[in-house]
This record gives sequence, C-alpha cells and structure tokens, in this order.
Amino acid sequence: MTTTMAQALNAALRDALKDDDRVLVFGEDVGTLGGVFRVTDGITADFGEDRCFDTPLAESGIVGFAVGMAMGGFRPVVEMQFDAFAYPAFEQITSHVAKLRNRTRGALSLPMVIRIPYAGGIGGVEHHCDSSEVYYTHTPGLRVVTPGTAQDAYDLLRDAIESPDPVVFLEPKARYWSGEEVSFTRNGPAMDKAVVRREGKDVTLIAYGPMVATAMETAEAATAEGWDVEVVDLRSLSPFDDETVTASVRRTGRAVVVHEAAGFGGYGAEVVARVTEQCFHQLHAPVLRVTGLDIPYPAPKLERHMLPDVDRILDTIARLQWADTPVVAGA
Amino acid sequence: MAVETLLPSASPVRFVAEDGTRADQDGGYAEPTKDRLKAAYRLMVLGRRFDVQATALTKQGRLAVYPSSAGQEACQVAAALALQDHDWLFPTYRDSVALVARGLKPGEVLTLLRGDAHCGYNPTETRVAPQCTPLATQTLHAAGLAHAMQRRGEDAVALALIGDGATSEGDFHEALNFAAVFKAPVVFFVQNNRYAISVPFEKQSAAPALAYKGIGYGMRSEQVDGNDAVAVLAVLDDAVKHAREGKGPVLVEAHTYRIDAHTNADDATRYRDADEVAKWREADPLKRLETYLGDVLTQDEIMQYREEAEEFAQTVRDTLNADAELDPMSLFDHVYAEPTRQLQRQRAMVAAELEA
Repeated sequence: MTTTMAQALNAALRDALKDDDRVLVFGEDVGTLGGVFRVTDGITADFGEDRCFDTPLAESGIVGFAVGMAMGGFRPVVEMQFDAFAYPAFEQITSHVAKLRNRTRGALSLPMVIRIPYAGGIGGVEHHCDSSEVYYTHTPGLRVVTPGTAQDAYDLLRDAIESPDPVVFLEPKARYWSGEEVSFTRNGPAMDKAVVRREGKDVTLIAYGPMVATAMETAEAATAEGWDVEVVDLRSLSPFDDETVTASVRRTGRAVVVHEAAGFGGYGAEVVARVTEQCFHQLHAPVLRVTGLDIPYPAPKLERHMLPDVDRILDTIARLQWADTPVVAGA
Repeated sequence: MAVETLLPSASPVRFVAEDGTRADQDGGYAEPTKDRLKAAYRLMVLGRRFDVQATALTKQGRLAVYPSSAGQEACQVAAALALQDHDWLFPTYRDSVALVARGLKPGEVLTLLRGDAHCGYNPTETRVAPQCTPLATQTLHAAGLAHAMQRRGEDAVALALIGDGATSEGDFHEALNFAAVFKAPVVFFVQNNRYAISVPFEKQSAAPALAYKGIGYGMRSEQVDGNDAVAVLAVLDDAVKHAREGKGPVLVEAHTYRIDAHTNADDATRYRDADEVAKWREADPLKRLETYLGDVLTQDEIMQYREEAEEFAQTVRDTLNADAELDPMSLFDHVYAEPTRQLQRQRAMVAAELEA
C-alpha cells in the first residue's frame, strides 16, 4: 500500500503521541483543520484537544512558548505553517532553542521539534516557497534534517521527536503527495546518517529534501548518456555525514551538489568545501553545484526557471571534464 | 468577564507615601505582615550593598559589565519574596539583586557578568531561568513553563521580570496573548524605570501606563508605586495568588527609576538631568520602608542587617577576586547532548593546541 509523505508524517506524529505522553503537537491550524497540508489530519479528533491544539497566530510565540513547555518537561512538536512564516520565530530559534543547553551547561535540554514545510515547486505565491535551510544549519546547537522520501519522513520524524536535541524538521512540501510503500518498524538508518539512494560508479549526485526525487530522475535519464550516476540523500543537513558522502565521491571521482536554495553562500558551498578538503586526490573534476538562482523566489509562473531540473543537472554533469578521464565502458 | 475587573487602578497602588507615612491608595490590597516587611527590608539592604559592590568590581576589572538596579530594590526584593521555592523566576540581566534575594550565591549570580560562563547556576535546582539578554524573549518561556506546570497539576507560578523598553518588543505582546489564551499561571512584572538605556519612557510608549496593555489581552492588570516596598509586595502577593488559584495571568507595572546609568559602560549625563536623578534619590525605597516600619525595626536590627550586608560584600569580593578555573574543553560539552563528529574533531584540534 502506498503511503504519501504527508500520511507518513501524520503516522509518525500519531505513533509518537501514543508512545510518549510528553509529546504535544501545536501550532496554527493544526487542530480541527488538520494543518493546511493535512499533516495533522484527524489527530485532534483521535488524541484530543489536550495533545494536539491550535495556538494564537504568532510564530515567535509558538516557538517561545514551546521552549517554556520543554523546560517544563514536555516534548513539543510545533508547526510553522510555511518557511517564510517561520522568520518571526528566528530570534527564539537562534538565541534560545539552539543555545539553552549550552547556556546552562547541560542543566536544561530542549527536546523539541520545529516542523517547517519548505521549498517551492507547488505554484505558491511569495513567502510560501523559501528554502531556508542555511539559516538553521549555520546555527550550532540545532539539528536540521529533511526527508526526501515518505519512508524517511516517518523514520526521521520519529527520531527527531525522540532526540534530546532540538530539531528543525524541514518538510519538502512539493513531495507531500508523493508516496511509496512505507514500513513503520523503524529499522532505517540513524537520523544523522546520509544514505546512498542509488548506486553508480561515474558521478555522485548529492541532494536532499525536494531534490532527492529530481536527482533520482536525473540518474535514470543519465543512463542514456552513458553515465552511471550515484545518488546520495543527505537526510541530515546538520550534523553533516562526511563519511557516507566522501566514501561515495572517492569511489566515483566526480560530484555535483543539487539544491533549490540560492547558490551564493548556500548549503552546497559547504558540501563542496568538505568534499574538496577530504577527497582532493580522488577528484577528476571540480565539484559543481546546481542550485536555485540568486534571486528572490519568483512568482509561480516563473518558478520553473528557478528550480534545478533534470536537464540542468545533466548539463552540469556534462561539464565534469570527462575528456580528461573518460568513462571506460565496462570498467 | 467584566472589563472593570481587568483594568489597573487609576493611579499606582501606594501604601506608604514618600515621607514614610501611611498613604490612602492601597487599592484594598492586604498589607503584608510586619515580619515579611522586615524580611524585605533586610534583603533590600543586602541587595543595595551587593549592587554597589558589583559596580565597584566592574571598575576594578573583575566584572566585564554590570547593569545596576540601584533604586529598584523594592521591586527586586518583592519579586523574589512573592514566590515560593517551587515557583519559577525569569529574570533579565538587570535583575541580579532579585537573584540574590532568591538566595543564589554571589558567584552563581555574577558568573555571567564576569565572563566565565553564560549562566552560573542550575536553573532546574534554583527554579531561576538564566538571566535573559534578548529583550522580552523570556516572557514567552515563562508563559510556556507556567502552562507546562499547570498541565502537570503543579500549583507553581512563573514570574517574568522585564523593563519598560522590552514592552515594545513583539515577544512581550505574544507572551501576554499566549498566557491569557492558555490561562497560564504567570505574572508579568514590568519594572518601568523610565529609561531604556537612553530613551525616556515618553518616547517608548504613548500608553497612559504600561499596565493598560493587559486589558487588550483580557488580562488582569495593576500598577504600583515601585519605590514603595509595601505596595509592591502587596500587589505581587495578590497577583501570584491569583495565578496560583488558576484564575489566569496578571500584568503588574511598577513605576520606579534607574538611579545609575544603564551599565558602567553608559554615560547617563548625556541624556538626563542631575536634578531628575536627585529627585528620585529622595524617593529612595529603603529609607521609605525604614521610616514606615518605625519601631517595628529596632536600631539593633538595622545595624545587624548592615553588618550582614558588609559581610556579604566581603564574600562577593572574595568570590570574584579568585579566578575561576575554566576548561576550554568544556566548550564542546553541551552544544548537543552528545558531541557530533565535527565537534569531536574540533575538540581534538583545541586539545592539541593546548598541548603544543
């Protein structure tokens, strides 16, 4: 049976609420309505207003209130309705959520999850499509994870809720309705591990969140060009799983990082730096990036020009200096 | 809910006039017992001495910075005395004297300002949140924690301290709204000391009094003479009781004055007259309480409190003059529950540098 990412997230919330009385779900429209993306559909009806409830419309308030509730022994899972609507909570997230454990030398911990639907590709108007990951990954003290598949949506959200550290949980909204067979047995990789989503020997595509599916499509299309593409799904943006990524790049000798967010100062810059520092002698070409444009997120009718797609990624793979060290058929 | 029950008194509640005589603006609040008032007086003497000592230590380079609360002793001490041990206090950087009154040790209170660590005490054990620097942000934590305790069936109350400037921050409004909607047992205690660094209250708010901000959120509110310890304690006692009984949050504004500059790094003569400061020195909360208590407070007791305060100042000096052992390796210990691989590598780098 196919489970969509939205349904997998819903199942993860339900199972966490069942397993731990301290878990509470709250935010804007998450109660009766079930969230604007229906991720909390039916949870208030089944678990009661006490466990899943609507709050006043104030993002800093939601996160700051959750900080106090976590200090008081609960495990809040809060929803920011859209990426750009989380910005009012930025001070609470960066100055308190990320730092309270450190500030109190471990006396206080904040086991809380901030769920943020992020990135574009849904024809959303301005402020509904931002890729805001680096604001959070640049803040020590936060864990930042993002699922690329429905299975990971379930596994990562369960792990995030059980984590003793605060987790910013970025949900690629364009993939909410994509599904697959999902196992609810929790035997996936640890939350901070990247995975090789598809094995290949010529080039590593490094992607996360909404771009995992795009990278997988690209890998299939690349076979027509004779390239055997490996896809690494980062899953955890902070901390970064150097081991899995560098092992892949050392095998293939070439890498392309793909993300929707603007390229300048983006997450890909960190990945390229780390891969170059650790794999320099195994690289046959510079590590390249395919990113969103360095522009404010465009209006819906123009967003396709912003988003990395299969063709743009294939064009980038083509620039990996194949003439210098050509792929040897059958090697 | 009748609007009248939410509105603050038309003028600040006052039990004691500036000359130390009984005033007739007590708003019907119960007067605290003489024993509590004596306890308050004792802590105000201690707090003022602590404040003077901390300022001196700053000039000697033993503290990085110290935001004085001189003149606000009635508020500082009443905030601590209104709470029970299992209640929570959410202080700002200017509320060190409240921490002293709560019973924290000088070394615990001043660790932050000495620059040794971001918080010198264990919030869980003391039920005092870390002294908060980003303005008004801790008011939301107080509301959330109060709601958490309410859910757990504890009868504890949270009291959040903030200043007049911080009431302009968005988080203050969000905290009031959340607290009121969730009927959280929290008291928001605004010490309106008339200055946000250099900006006078007149440029901060057009409200007739900050206490009027409560009614917009459906919250009971009160305003009080912040230099009248009897009144501040009476009003806070009542507010804490109201919250503890599950009747909802309360906003209390105390009208007071910051006698010293914002911190030792500030020059208050650039933005206010000496005459104004002198006038407020006359409204000294210690002298007023001392006069009011009259014979209840013997000269021997006053001398005893002052000696105690001198001994305490000596402890503050001794504690602060001894350098704390700081371990650079501890930098990596509490970023996450377990250090990440990346932090382990950076830890090893710093360790190697130290050995070199």
